Parts: sequence; C-alpha cells; structure tokens
Amino acid sequence: MIYYRDLVWVLVAKELKLRYRNTVLGYAWSVLNPLAFAMVFFVVFKIFMRVPIANYTLFLITGLFPWQWFANTVTSSNYSFLNNSSLIKKVKFPRYFLVIAGVLNDMIHFALSIVVIVAFMIFYHKAPSLNWIVLVPFMVLVQFLLTTGIALAAASCNLFFRDLERMAGILVMLWFYATPVIYSVGMIPPRFLWWTYANPMTPVIMCWRSLFLGDPLSLSYLGAAAAWAVLIFAIGLRIYKSLEWRFAEIV
Amino acid sequence: MSSDAVVRFHEVTKYYPASNIASRGMKHLILHLPRHIAAFSRKKTFCALDGVSFEVPHGECFGIIGRNGSGKSTTLGLIAGVLRPSRGTVETQGKIAPLLELGAGFHAELSGRDNIVLNGILLGLTRARVMEHMDQIIAFSELERFIDQPLRTYSTGMIARLGFSVAVHLEPDILLVDEVLAVGDEAFQEKCLRKMAEFRSQGVTIIFVTHKLTDVEKICDRTMLLMGGRVQQIGNPQEVVREYRKRMAQA
Repeated sequence: MIYYRDLVWVLVAKELKLRYRNTVLGYAWSVLNPLAFAMVFFVVFKIFMRVPIANYTLFLITGLFPWQWFANTVTSSNYSFLNNSSLIKKVKFPRYFLVIAGVLNDMIHFALSIVVIVAFMIFYHKAPSLNWIVLVPFMVLVQFLLTTGIALAAASCNLFFRDLERMAGILVMLWFYATPVIYSVGMIPPRFLWWTYANPMTPVIMCWRSLFLGDPLSLSYLGAAAAWAVLIFAIGLRIYKSLEWRFAEIV
Repeated sequence: MSSDAVVRFHEVTKYYPASNIASRGMKHLILHLPRHIAAFSRKKTFCALDGVSFEVPHGECFGIIGRNGSGKSTTLGLIAGVLRPSRGTVETQGKIAPLLELGAGFHAELSGRDNIVLNGILLGLTRARVMEHMDQIIAFSELERFIDQPLRTYSTGMIARLGFSVAVHLEPDILLVDEVLAVGDEAFQEKCLRKMAEFRSQGVTIIFVTHKLTDVEKICDRTMLLMGGRVQQIGNPQEVVREYRKRMAQA
C-alpha cells in the first residue's frame, strides 16, 4: 500500500517537475492557458454572437476549466504507455499507474484553476458555499473515475492502433461542442435534450457549474454523472486488463 | 526436478505476431491485401523460443549466450514477467531486479538524484527504502560530483553506472543482467563483476546475458547456449563457450 502511494507520488512529481521547467511563468501557465481559451470564447460568443446568458465569463469558466482537465488528460493519455516503452519491456510494475499519474497531474492543474473561479465568483458577488466540502471532493472523484476510464482505454488501444492518437484531437473537439460548456442546456432544442444524458460529460459539467454558480444541484444530474463515471471506469479497466499482457510484445 | 530451483522453464515456446496489420497502416494493408489475407489465414507468427526448458537453482550465476535474435532477451522478459509464454510454464521465486537497458526508466531532464528515486520506486522499492540507500547508491556509482545535474549532461557510461548502482541496491533474490555493462569503462566493469561475485556469495541468483564470453567463463557457474530459439547446450561455461565459438567459426 505504501509502495503504491510512493509510485503515484514519484510519477506525479516527475510530471510536475518537468511540465514548466525552463518557462518564465511556470505554474501561472496552468491558469493562463484556460483563461486564454475563456477569453477567446467570451469575445466570440458574448460580444460577437451575444448569447443571452448572464455573467457569461463565470458561466464559461465554470464549465471550461473542468472540461480542460478531462480533455488534456484524454489527449495526452494516448502516449502514457507509448512514451514508457523501454520500461514496459523490462520491468513488471502496475502499468496503469502511468495513466493514473497523468490524470492526477491534470487534476492538480484543475485544482489550481479553482482559485481563479473563486476570484471571478467574488467579482460577481457570489461566495463559495459550505456544501463544497462534500460536493467538490465528490465531483473530483466522479470526474477522476470517468477520465481514468477513458484514458486507460485510449492509452491501451493506441499501442495496437496508432491512428487513435490522430483521431483523439478530433474526437475531443467534437465532444467539446457536444457538451454544454460554451452554451447552456436551455439553448438546446427540446428534441435533442435526451442527448444531455447520453453524453457522460454533460451531467459532470452541469454539476460543476451549479456548484460554482451557487445554483441548487440537480440530483438527477448528480446521479447520472456518478453512474456514467462508474460504468466508464469499469469499461476502461476491462479494456486495459484484456490488453495489458501484450504490451511488452507490441511496444 | 530439483526443489531449490528459483527459475524454472518447462517447454516454453514464445510466438510473436509476425506483423500487426493495424500497426503497418492502411496503405500497406491495401497494397498487400492478398499477402495479409494469406498471413492471417495461416496465423503467421515469429517463433522466438521453441520448447525451452531449464532450471536455475538458488544462488547460481547462470549465463545465457547466443547470437543476436537467438531468444536471449525474450528469455529475460519471460523471467521478469513482462512477457507471457505462448506454451509451457515459467516459474520464478523471489524478488526479481532487472538491470535496465541504457536509460530505461530514467528521465533526461531530471537530476541524477531524482532519477535514483524514480528508478528505485519503479523497480519496486518504497521511497523510504531508496532514501535509506541514497548515499550508498551515489557512492557506488562514483558520480558524487554530477549527481544534482540533469541526466542529459551524463555520458552513456555514466548513465549505465547509475542504473547498475540502483539495481544492485534493490536487495533482489534474482538479478537479471542484460549486457548493459558493456558501455561502462574497464574499471567500472571490473567493479560490477566484483559486485556480482559478492551477490553470488550472498546467495543471490544471477541471470547473465552477454556477448563477452570471457566474462561468462569468469563468473558463471553454468551457461546455456541458445540458437534460433532452441537450447543448444547447457553446462560448464568453458565447454559451452567452446561449442559456441566452434559454431560461430562454421557460420
């Protein structure tokens, strides 16, 4: 048990040390990068296209920041095993830790960006509420499971089917526009509403947004998010387990 | 069957898939469609090991020699547990420490010290254990002056020193040595051979793969000659090396 903790620690520490070395702004990039995206979307959708959503900046980042944790991990997970081929060929260690370290790494950057969200909340005269103590860790866990499930599947499958890393960028972009990050669920025509439950990321983003905007949380979204997370984690783990024994042959 | 064997191969056969259709790409698939269909229907595979049986008793230094592609590394992969035999059984007892090929599990941008921690944990030590041995590992590597420099500033010989130093401090029951020593300078190679002799006197089993036949004669108790994935001979190192030289001269 101590060993697994150390393994996670050393792999996450490695990524954190490496990510912003030789940059002047360092960790500020974990916040600057999503903020830059937020600014682009704000200009396009609020100023040019005039979406009728109040407090659009806050609305936007409360969906965008959790989304970026998910998207960054899923995109980079394609290389989790590939970039460690020499290790996989020689050492028997639980390889899924390479994927988990990647998820945790992006999760830490998301945690940093929550500070920015809180700053914007204060600007819009909102305050963090007490239920965060329970619900933020709960939602982190839900999104961790969901992201890990997809990342495990992507990292494993990409070893056998390298087209996946090319497709990943496109798929993640499509998924982004299919998820209510830059628009609200209210703007979706009623006949497409079923889709909000069919897309595993929709309830996750909806829950984060309600939490940060101080709106009452919908129990059905909370339940849907948790159910999707467990299901996708189980599927991802299953795919990883069935392919793992061939990793050393193929890398 | 001796009861004190710590490595036991019984009729081990290992096939690799000859060529993965997906990994070669669509163009290749279409251009060579008839060949792919033929290969698929015949289940064409490459046989790396063919009915290999041997046992290594506790505390022995067991050499494996043979030409490139004769199955030596596959044998080590099977002992390390990163590969699965296609047929037959592989049994091992105790903690196995693979001596990694140059730089595997190391990261060029991290310092020598950080790499010791990373490598030590990946190879199965807890962090506390690595820290306990840190001074010894650094002393053994004789890299005190460079230990806080990033690894990319190291020469290949220095990286090999670091790798060997970590591996010998893992307190393994079985040490796998795969011709990594070749890049170190003469003095360090001597030191490694002395360390291996010391290990042997402590009852550590050593599996030694190398092309330096004089080393095999010097430190191995028994040696196996592999040719084309089959066991050609197992026995006294001098005799096996003589047989190997004879066959090399014929070829």
